[in-house]
Amino acid sequence: MAVKKSEAALDPLFNNNPIALQVLGICSALAVTTKMETSVVMCAAVIAVLTLSNLTISLLRHQIPNSIRIIVQLTVIASLVIVTDQILKAYVFEISKQLSVFVGLIITNCIIMGRAEAFAMQNPPSLAILDGIGNGIGYSAILMVTAFLRELFGSGKLYGYTVMPTVSEGGWYLPNGLMLLSPAAFFIIGGLIWALRVYKPAQVEMDG
Amino acid sequence: MFEDYLNLAVKAIFIENMALTFFLGMCSFLAVSKKVETAVGLGLAVIFVLTVTVPANNLIQTYLLNEGALAWISPEFAGVDLTFLNLLCFIGTIAAMVQLVEMTTDRFFPALHATLGIFLPLIAVNCAILGGSLFMVERDYDFGESVVFGLGNGIGWFLAVVALASIRERLRYSNVPHGLRGLGMTFVITGLMAFGFMAFGGIQL
Repeated sequence: MAVKKSEAALDPLFNNNPIALQVLGICSALAVTTKMETSVVMCAAVIAVLTLSNLTISLLRHQIPNSIRIIVQLTVIASLVIVTDQILKAYVFEISKQLSVFVGLIITNCIIMGRAEAFAMQNPPSLAILDGIGNGIGYSAILMVTAFLRELFGSGKLYGYTVMPTVSEGGWYLPNGLMLLSPAAFFIIGGLIWALRVYKPAQVEMDG
Repeated sequence: MFEDYLNLAVKAIFIENMALTFFLGMCSFLAVSKKVETAVGLGLAVIFVLTVTVPANNLIQTYLLNEGALAWISPEFAGVDLTFLNLLCFIGTIAAMVQLVEMTTDRFFPALHATLGIFLPLIAVNCAILGGSLFMVERDYDFGESVVFGLGNGIGWFLAVVALASIRERLRYSNVPHGLRGLGMTFVITGLMAFGFMAFGGIQL
């Protein structure tokens, strides 16, 4: 394979972002972004699972029979997610309660399946790890920007600390409740995609 | 009794729509909504699979995984708690069910299989399906409720995807800014649709 190590790790950031271009892993990306705290935990969980699953599947790639590869991949991913879920419950119980089902849904997060299928099955472990980290960070970048905007404008806070004191607490900022509701997440991601495509015109879809 | 079920169904279809409030099944939601025809196919497959897997997983949770659930085998197992295995069991059930549904339709309803066929494998990794089962566990639904919940969620997802596909078909005639074409615009439309569905909030039967 002609994929260079730096490319494997850096491409997913802007050139081939999992959310903005590959349309992968959107489901969980939107639901957990009302607060930065939950998003950070979610991103860490996804990066960990993605890297480890890419590594495991890449190590097993010569042993996995082609006809049952989906089930093997799902089992590897599900086991990793169970471990992650248990760790989160043990150390950050409050946040894991807020994330509720979305930790479990990492299993069906298409980024993880998608990268396992598209990259880890064909590439050696060292590259697969880098690809996992790169895609995880590309996913996290979009998540963190969305969470930043939603928390700042929705409740005047950043990472739980008050930045703009809200009117109800005697300050001056009237929080924009819309930001905490689901439509805002769609608008922000739509806007981010727009911005990214203005910056990288090659990604524009002319037929849509 | 009936009112409870009706209330749950309305809640699952409109108020807590899987796609528009919980963002579940978004990947296929965005990818398969270019044409109404394919959207209807995928939507029907989702209804079908959700209605089968949520109750099935409910039985697995109640009789195999919950703490003390294994007591029906022998009293020695009464203290066993296997809840941590639920993710693995659920995804296994879903994958198996999808395979089963695919083989059954292929054998007995070839016409239906021709329409749904290509979507069925996609569904195994659709978050709406696994999400349905996980919400069912989190909210402690019993068997009857989980049937209604699965069906309602499926119908809600179907409505959302068909509506989005219809809007996107019309959108082809409009002049969207270049950078926003395709995925970006779809996100904005979905956001507006989510607004629409929020009008159902607070409805109680």
